[in-house]
Amino acid sequence: MKINFEHNQSAHCENGVVSNLLNYNGLKVSEPMVFGIASGVFFIYIPFVKVNFAPMFSFRPVPGFIFSRVSKRLGFKIKRHKFKSKEKAQQTLDAELSKNNPVGLQVGVYNLTYFPDEYRFHFNAHNLVVYGKDGDDYLISDPVMQEVTTLSSKELEKVRFAKGPFAPNGHIYYPTELPKDIDLKKAITKGIKQAYRHMLAPVPIVGFRGIRFVAKKIRKWPDKIGIKKTNHYLGQLVRMQEEIGTGGGGFRFIFAAFLQEASVIMENPRLAELSKEMTAIGDQWRDFAIDASRLYKNRSRETDAYNKIADKLDAIALAERAFFLDLKKAIK
Amino acid sequence: MKKEDVPQDESSLSKANIKEVVYAVDKDGKYGKTLSSGWDAKTIALNESLELIEEQLKDTIQKIKDGELSPIAYYMELQRMDVVVLSGYVGLWQWKVKRHLKAKIFRKLNEKILSKYAEAFEISLEELKNPKI
Repeated sequence: MKINFEHNQSAHCENGVVSNLLNYNGLKVSEPMVFGIASGVFFIYIPFVKVNFAPMFSFRPVPGFIFSRVSKRLGFKIKRHKFKSKEKAQQTLDAELSKNNPVGLQVGVYNLTYFPDEYRFHFNAHNLVVYGKDGDDYLISDPVMQEVTTLSSKELEKVRFAKGPFAPNGHIYYPTELPKDIDLKKAITKGIKQAYRHMLAPVPIVGFRGIRFVAKKIRKWPDKIGIKKTNHYLGQLVRMQEEIGTGGGGFRFIFAAFLQEASVIMENPRLAELSKEMTAIGDQWRDFAIDASRLYKNRSRETDAYNKIADKLDAIALAERAFFLDLKKAIK
Repeated sequence: MKKEDVPQDESSLSKANIKEVVYAVDKDGKYGKTLSSGWDAKTIALNESLELIEEQLKDTIQKIKDGELSPIAYYMELQRMDVVVLSGYVGLWQWKVKRHLKAKIFRKLNEKILSKYAEAFEISLEELKNPKI
């Protein structure tokens, strides 16, 4: 059994699953469009939550928000199931497939057999689509992979019932009832409004203020916690910024692609200009990553080097502040 | 980022024949998907984190040999888990798992509890009790 499902590789798993499932159901929206409507551009620094011995930095909203925001703003409904029983989870999956309904699944990354070893972490908010079954093998469209792949029922059960934070509990979801008329303009406006509201939020650890906060910390870390820990923290920041799924530059390039697309739909040339500015900001983030990687590779001990990359981060914070203020004016 | 500037460095992804999507602009400034085999700046960051995990594991092995920590600590770190994740897999409270990391308490654990850990790590009871470290 195989559903005629079109696999499109995307940068980010959640955008990709949403975009591919909507395409299948007759609503053509690109990955950047999904990302923009869901106000995916973000920054938060959470010093009190430690991941892998370093504070948490994030360039995106909490997993799951993208799908729920898109559904709200485009006006379609999502059916979701979670399970205690592994058997029930598989029965429900099989039942949906037999109805010719490709479904999204939330899974843990650690036991995904097709990922290279270096990428196997206990991260439980990965998303993929199951679009059929061949004997004991499920046909898998993982949006971050170039090609479709398969997982045996045993392998799939394992990743659906991964444990730990964000445990998926067999989470299965699919869109139902797509509306006939979609007001893309309204959805885009809503997406942009929430994006600048978050990035300009008067909270010290969020948006451009969060970036500035981290810059300030980088100046202090070498003296306070030592070079080794500082480098590890910087490594964490770079990983979160450039990890598979970000599309490069901490999602800034995907957002720029969205603005370019939105400019045509909204008939607003200003958004195209802002797309270029966002691209330049993305390039600044890439520069920052290069400088940071040099620092922990050479294990440089001069604190001046840390001040220099903190300066770069400060410049990014300023640029993002100016950018989102302009975006606010452009959408009025 | 321009399409021609999208890095094509070697990485753990490229070794597994995977390329990831990066968004970049073409000559006319139009955005599109471009495939990247990897980027050194990112690989360095990833390796830094893997090295730290290795170091941590060595440290733990030493502590097991010193009779301070239990083999559970070793397998937990080997499989890149922490107490939160492991407690999910064995279905025990976090504070209990934390106690079981101590060698002294580990020695007193009954087979039932031990088999929960063995199952979570997908190893035999024998391997759990006598890890090859």
